[in-house]
Amino acid sequence: MSHGGFFEVPSDLQNTWWGLVSWQLQLTLVPVLCGLVIALPIALLCRRFGWIYPPVLGVATVFYAVPSLALFVFLIDWFGESDLTVEIPLTLYTLVVLVPAIVDGMRSVSAETRAAAEAMGFGTLRRYVQVELPIAVPAVFAGLRVATVSSVSLVSVGMLIGNEGALGNLLSDALNYHRPLLAWDAVISIAVIGVLLDALLVLARRLLTPWARKATAK
Amino acid sequence: MIVIDAVTKRYPDGTTAVDRLTLEIPDGSITVLVGLSGCGKTTTLRMINRMVEPTEGRILLDGADVREAPVNALRRSMGYVIQHAGLFPHRTVIDNIATVPRLLGWDKHRARERARELMERVGLDASFAGRYPYQLSGGQQQRVGVARALAADPPVLLMDEPFSAVDPIVRKGLQDELLRIQADLGKTVVFVTHDIDEAIKLGDMVAVLREGGRLAQYAPPARLLSAPADAFVEDFLGVDRGIRHLSFFGTEGLELTAEPIVTEDATAEQVRAATLPEIPYVLVTDAEGRPRGWADALDRATGGDGELLPYGHAFTVGRDSLRAALDAAVLSPTGWAVAVDEQGRAVGVAAQEAVAAAIRSAHTAGVLR
Repeated sequence: MSHGGFFEVPSDLQNTWWGLVSWQLQLTLVPVLCGLVIALPIALLCRRFGWIYPPVLGVATVFYAVPSLALFVFLIDWFGESDLTVEIPLTLYTLVVLVPAIVDGMRSVSAETRAAAEAMGFGTLRRYVQVELPIAVPAVFAGLRVATVSSVSLVSVGMLIGNEGALGNLLSDALNYHRPLLAWDAVISIAVIGVLLDALLVLARRLLTPWARKATAK
Repeated sequence: MIVIDAVTKRYPDGTTAVDRLTLEIPDGSITVLVGLSGCGKTTTLRMINRMVEPTEGRILLDGADVREAPVNALRRSMGYVIQHAGLFPHRTVIDNIATVPRLLGWDKHRARERARELMERVGLDASFAGRYPYQLSGGQQQRVGVARALAADPPVLLMDEPFSAVDPIVRKGLQDELLRIQADLGKTVVFVTHDIDEAIKLGDMVAVLREGGRLAQYAPPARLLSAPADAFVEDFLGVDRGIRHLSFFGTEGLELTAEPIVTEDATAEQVRAATLPEIPYVLVTDAEGRPRGWADALDRATGGDGELLPYGHAFTVGRDSLRAALDAAVLSPTGWAVAVDEQGRAVGVAAQEAVAAAIRSAHTAGVLR
């Protein structure tokens, strides 16, 4: 067994370092995107029927409180040791961040702007979609940043259910083969991916919300 | 015409915001609802476009109950301007203005074309089109708010304290702008304010509401000032009612004296000829005839060129009111008001006594009318 370099992945993982990175990205981003798609209608319903918001938030929090490992083990019965088994819990976890981000963002629209929209003849749904949601975009992105960064690190837990943890799998190999460098590889790679994804989200938010710049452009 | 017919708004907690209010709001003029906070003026306004539904009574727009029309169609036929403008922060100026045309299904190009027209009408430079609301001052935002309300050319304009949040100088500019636009467009404007001076300046009719949403008086502003219905209205109007009432009298009937006006380079002979026995001063103008100040007539006539006394401010004949003329007369240290034409050239002077005589005859004419 050769003691390879930083980017040399043990053969038992049957993957390259780049392969693990792209897998890591997939296991991170699929849940965040699915979470956003699921959170949007839930948030709209919470906005429309304010009374369901606290119970919805409660349920999301309970999901979040369930340890990921427990959920993984539970889901293996249905989906086996697959990507889906990792992605489903991570998707559920994003909801606890994304639903309140969207709802509170929509609620933050000033009373004047909301009254003006109503007075100009926006229907309720049109007001949500054309006025409140766009104005909530900065808050939604704040939620997406938290959801993304936490997903990036949670993915590695997947290593415990048959090497389903992408870069996290390097951690178990680091133990098995006494190669601490692999652990450093996993930790640093995951951190760098987290930072880069976060930077991309900040950039996307800036591009999407030219109206929210602080500095006055003259 | 908008008819508010015995309308009451009671909330579930038992408070009465509006109490059996009846008002006929004429077309093509500005009707102001004025009162202290909690008098139901905003509630009344919001019942017209059904943002609030009345508990009792009905509101008729051109004879039809507003509840008969689909609510969003009704609202799109009424422009709405609100305090702090309430612009959409995520939309550019031009797209804010184009909002209602777009809701009405106009294509983007036509809606923006229309928005550009409106920007010009409210005095916004075309370079603002692509800006976002955060890049505008409060006054500019409110101009956008007015343009947005006018975009679909609605017959009715509802304005809820639109100018309350801007500083006094900007507010005066916006008020003048509204009067100018209204002179062109002749909308049916319902305007809510807590500022009685704003009500008197803008309103063709003014409804004074008292606490609990009851009507205290509904009258043209001049009538309000000359004959307040009761102690509440009188108190609300404040002091200086007589002086403020003069705003409604023109200066056409004011007798002007044209003699004591000389140019800067007038000879001693010319000054002597211009001097009247009853006034020891002459008004000195520049070569174009614009007033510069008062000079001691005797001093000028003997070749002196002593310092000029300030004349305060002039009033424009035909445009300004007797209030401006009186103010000019009492402000001027000589006791004579300076009258100018539209070009700013001095056309005469008026003594305090002449202003007083004009006031007296204006009152007489008012009583006889």
